[in-house]
Amino acid sequence: MDINKKIVDDFVANDVSFITTVPCKQLAGVIDEVEARDSIYHIPSNKEDEGMGLCAGAFMGGKRPAIIMQNTAIGVTINTLATLIQYYRMPLPMLISYRGELREPVACQVEMAVHTKALLAQMNIPTYHFHWQKDVEEFDNILKYTFMCNKPVAILTDANFWGGYGDQ
Amino acid sequence: MIRSEILREIAPILRDQLVVCNIGLPSQELHMIDDQPTNFYMLGTMGLSSSIGLGLALAQDKTVISIDGDGSVLTNMGTLPTIANNVADNYILLIIDNGSYGSTGDQPTYAGQKTSLSAVATACGCDNVIEVQDKDLGPVLQKAIDDRKMTVIVCKCDSGNIKLPVITMDPVVIRDRFMKAVAG
Repeated sequence: MDINKKIVDDFVANDVSFITTVPCKQLAGVIDEVEARDSIYHIPSNKEDEGMGLCAGAFMGGKRPAIIMQNTAIGVTINTLATLIQYYRMPLPMLISYRGELREPVACQVEMAVHTKALLAQMNIPTYHFHWQKDVEEFDNILKYTFMCNKPVAILTDANFWGGYGDQ
Repeated sequence: MIRSEILREIAPILRDQLVVCNIGLPSQELHMIDDQPTNFYMLGTMGLSSSIGLGLALAQDKTVISIDGDGSVLTNMGTLPTIANNVADNYILLIIDNGSYGSTGDQPTYAGQKTSLSAVATACGCDNVIEVQDKDLGPVLQKAIDDRKMTVIVCKCDSGNIKLPVITMDPVVIRDRFMKAVAG
């Protein structure tokens, strides 16, 4: 299964047509796939809170948005999640590379990984963790859930899900 | 002129447009001067007025004016390259540049010192950047709306605030009312 294609197919099937991205090595394939689709307006952001602002505007303009980013961005976006996305009750699927988990080669990434789920729980953000490739089968349901409840929803995707970084 | 005087003067121009208004006193002032369903008031999240407005402009065809401040643009400076590289001709970024963080007590910003936001916007690749003095804003804003070209307006003015109440409207009501105006 091509998980990049499956993820973006699910975005398209759920009418997500505005996606902002801040890159991560693990997300390179899915970002390429987003860029390749005609039905999606792909707008790279310089910072994740900026991206959430773009998504808020697109939502109010009638588009279904999504953001693709790294888990380090949780440290950047707490205020934006609380005072924009949650306060105004907006849906926002957040496809997040979960750096610093199993098969991570960069030690510093673990420092935010250990806070990621706790921060999301503190924010009452529904959170899903994809560890095996088959976990992607839930993605379609998660998107439907997000636009049903008008909340930000986190999908954490670790290195094992993306196939690791080769031999370590 | 101070910001509230400028908003009072351009209110008739803003009235028929979608407006995303910056956090704090700018939103409170616009709300008091001319509350409209077409106004989206930011109650939090300093810095994102320009980003919300750009996302809105890219998602639909009506003209969108983001009212921002110099301090807020400095907070989210990465917005300017994103605006420059994602041209939406129904988008106007109006930066009311009074050289101070007005809502927090008029502490000076760097935009009131050596940093020129119009030069930054130009360097970021924005095509139509206009720096204008407060008293001359009205016709410049109207022309930008009429021309349907993405425009960044930096309006230089004096710092200073008026006393006025906070906005007590519920955020979901603001958002719902605004979305109906966008779709209507």
